[in-house]
Amino acid sequence: MFNVTFEEINNRAKSEWEALQKGSYILVGTATCGRAAGAMDVVDAFNNELTRQGLAVPIIQVGCTGLCYADPLVVISKAGSLRVVYANVTPEIVPRLVEGYVAGDDPCLELALGTLEGCNGEAVYIPELPRFEHELRLILRRCGCTDPENISHYIANDGYSGLGKALKMSPEEIVGELKKSGLRGRGGAGFPTHRKWELCRKARSTPKCVICNADEGDPGAFMDRVVLESDPHQVIEGMIIAGYVVGAEQGYIYVRAEYPLAIERVQIALKRAGELGFLGDNILGSGFGFHIEIAAGAGAFVSGEETALIAAVEGKMSTPRPRPPYPVELGLWDKPTLLNNVKTFAYVPLIVKRGADWFASNGTEGSKGTAVFTLAGKVANSGLAEVPMGTTLRELIYDIGGGIAKEKQFKAVQIGGPSGGCLPETLLDIPIDYDSLREAGSMMGSGGMIVMDEDNCMVDAARFFLDFSTRESCGKCTMCRLGTLQMLNILEDITAGRGKIEDIDLLLALAEDVKIGSLCGLGKTAPNPVLTTLRYFRDEYDAHVLEKRCPARVCPELTAYYILPDKCDRACEHCVLTCPTEAIKGGKGEVKIIDQEKCSKCGTCLEVCPPEYNAVVKLSPVSLLPSPNLSERRARK
Amino acid sequence: MITEEQTNQAVAEILSLHKKEKKNLIPLLQEVQTKLGYLSKKTMQDIADFLEMPEVEVWGVATFYNQFRFVPLGKYHTMVCMGTACHLAGGRLILEALERELDIKVGETAEDGNFSLERVACIGCCMLAPVIVIRDKIHPKMTPFKVEEALIPYKQETQKEKS
Repeated sequence: MFNVTFEEINNRAKSEWEALQKGSYILVGTATCGRAAGAMDVVDAFNNELTRQGLAVPIIQVGCTGLCYADPLVVISKAGSLRVVYANVTPEIVPRLVEGYVAGDDPCLELALGTLEGCNGEAVYIPELPRFEHELRLILRRCGCTDPENISHYIANDGYSGLGKALKMSPEEIVGELKKSGLRGRGGAGFPTHRKWELCRKARSTPKCVICNADEGDPGAFMDRVVLESDPHQVIEGMIIAGYVVGAEQGYIYVRAEYPLAIERVQIALKRAGELGFLGDNILGSGFGFHIEIAAGAGAFVSGEETALIAAVEGKMSTPRPRPPYPVELGLWDKPTLLNNVKTFAYVPLIVKRGADWFASNGTEGSKGTAVFTLAGKVANSGLAEVPMGTTLRELIYDIGGGIAKEKQFKAVQIGGPSGGCLPETLLDIPIDYDSLREAGSMMGSGGMIVMDEDNCMVDAARFFLDFSTRESCGKCTMCRLGTLQMLNILEDITAGRGKIEDIDLLLALAEDVKIGSLCGLGKTAPNPVLTTLRYFRDEYDAHVLEKRCPARVCPELTAYYILPDKCDRACEHCVLTCPTEAIKGGKGEVKIIDQEKCSKCGTCLEVCPPEYNAVVKLSPVSLLPSPNLSERRARK
Repeated sequence: MITEEQTNQAVAEILSLHKKEKKNLIPLLQEVQTKLGYLSKKTMQDIADFLEMPEVEVWGVATFYNQFRFVPLGKYHTMVCMGTACHLAGGRLILEALERELDIKVGETAEDGNFSLERVACIGCCMLAPVIVIRDKIHPKMTPFKVEEALIPYKQETQKEKS
C-alpha cells in the first residue's frame, strides 16, 4: 500500500519537474542574502518585462547557491540549451536579459558568470568557476536550483526517498548505519550522532521528543539560515527519521526570530509535507506518526546550548543546567529528547539512502563527510562553501574564497565565532576537522569563518568577541557573568592605551578561571578568542601596551587622522564639507588641517578624499602627529 | 495612535487564540509585540493573568531575551548590525554616525517618535557588511557618509508629514 503511494507521489513530482525542464524558466536567488542585495526588485523587473513582451515564462524563487558575493543571482534555463548564470543582476539589465536570452538566442555572455550544471540527481555546480573543483556539495546540493516552497522539486531530486527506505529498516539498523558513517554533530562539539540517537532510543520514559537546533547565534555565521531558506525539506526528512528511530511523535524546530524568512519557508514546507502524508499520524501508511512545530526563538545566544534551548521551548528563561543528566534522558518537560543541529539532520536522509560507506568515503579518519562553512569578512568572494573534511584552510580561503579582497595582506581567520579562535597565516595549512582545529586552540563551532586582513586589529577583535559574550552571558555562573566582564575591562583599557604589562598575565589567569568556573559552553569557550590572539598575535598586545600603538590603526584612542599637506589639493573641499563635527579647518586654496580636539575619528574625510590625492592618513601612536605649529607653518608655505 | 481600548482588544484577541499553557508565554509575548510594537506593563500583566503565573516571571522572561522591547518603537526603526563581519568592516563608526545623525543614543526612541535605534547581533548578511536596516529595508555596505545619505528620504518624509 505504502509503496504504491510513495511511488505515485514520486512519479507525479518527477513528471512535474521534467515538464519544467522542457520549457524555459528563470531562477532568482531570493534567500535573505539575495534580498538584501536587491533580488526582489529583480523579480519585479522580470515580471514587468515578461508581461510587457507578452512572454509566459515562470520565475522561480530559489534559495542561495552560496555565491553570496554575486547576489542577486539569476539563472535563465532553456530546454536544449545552456542554463546561464548571471551575477549581480540589477533591474536595469533585466530587459536586456529578457530580450537577449529569454526571447532570443543570445545568452548575453558579457553579463554571464557561467553555466549551471547538475541538479538532476547530482549536486549543483558551475563548471566555469574553479572553486567547484574544491567543493563537495551534499547538503547544499539542491540549494539555488530548486524551489524551497515547492515540495515536488524536492521529491523529484531524491527527496523523501531516504524516509521511504528508513521506514522499511529497523531503528537498530539505522543507528548502525549512522555509526558506520561516522557522522558527528554539526553544531560544533562533534559528538557522535549515533551515540546520541542510541541513548535516546534506549531511554524508557515517554513521550519522547526531537528538537532541531536552528538557533544560529554566532554573529557571522549563516549556513543554517541558508539551509532552511533554500532546502528545508531535507531537515524535516532527517527529523522524521530521527523520530522513527528514537520513538518520538513530536518534533520542534527552534529557529531564531531574526530569521523571519527561514521561519516562513519552514512553515510552508511543514504544511506541504503534511498534505502529502510525510508528516501526520500515519506516515506513508507505516503506522508511525510524527508532527513538527516551529518554536521561534526570542534572541539569546545562550539558547544554542542544548539545556538552555530546552528551557526556551518550555517558555522559560533560557539558562543552562548542569549535565548529566543529558537531554537524551531528561530533556523537554523532563522527557527523553534528541537534540541535533540543522545540518546534522540534513545529512541523515542522504546517509540512509546512499549508505554509510559512501558517506564515510569522504573526509578524514576522525571527521567524516563534509563541512559547511560561511566565508565572510575580508575575503574576496564571501558566501557559503561545502568541502570534504580535511580540506585545508588555505584551500578554503584562497581557492574557494578567492583570497583577500582589495589585494590586502591576510592576517587571521576566525573560526567558530565567540567560542572559537583566531588562527594566523602559519596555520593555514592545517586540515579542517574537529580535532585539528581544537588542537590549534580554535574549534569547528557552528562553521562561521571570518577572514581578517592587515586593517584589522587583533586586540580589538578579541575585545569585540568578549563584549559579545559578556552581553550574552545568561548570568547564572559567577565566573562567566563577572569574569568575562573583568576580562573585557582589561581589554578596553588596552585598546584605549591604558594597558599595563601585568594586565596580560591577569588576562591569562582570568581566562583559565572563566573556563573552569562556567557551567555551559558559552562560558567555557568565551576566553578562546582572547587566548588565541594572545598566543598568535602577542606582538599586537605588546604594541598597544608598551608603545600605545595600534598596528592596524583601528583603536580610536591610539589613532589620529592627519591630512598630508603635500598631497592635499587646496582647491578641493570634500573633507571640510562632509566632516560631521566641523573639525577640518582651511578655506578655499588653503591646506586643510584637522582639529584633533574636535575630531570624532569617524573616517569620513578618509572616505571622501578623492583617490587622486589620497591626502588623509591614519597615524598610530598619536605621538606621530606633527606638532600643530609645524603643520600650520607648512600650510602657510 | 491606538487607544487603550484597542490595545486591550488586540491583546484579548491574541490571548483567545492560545491555550493556557506556560509554554505559550514566549509566543504570546512575540505576538503582542508584533501587533503593538512593544510590551507595556499592562499587556504583560494581562498575559500573566491569562497564564495564571506571577507577573514577575513574565517580566523575567521578557527582559531575558533580546527581542522584547518595553518602549514604543519609532516610525522608522533603525537597526545597526554589530555582528563580526560588520564590526570588522567598521560597524562602530556606523553606529556612531547614526547616533549623531538621529541625535539619539542606541536603544532610544526620538521624542517626536520618528526614529528609534537598536543594535542587533547579526542579521546574516555578512557579505554586505556593514549593514543597517531602516524599517525592514536593508542598506548594504555602509560608510559614515552613506549613513547620512540613506537617512535623507526618511527625514524628508517626516518633514513632509509635519507640514
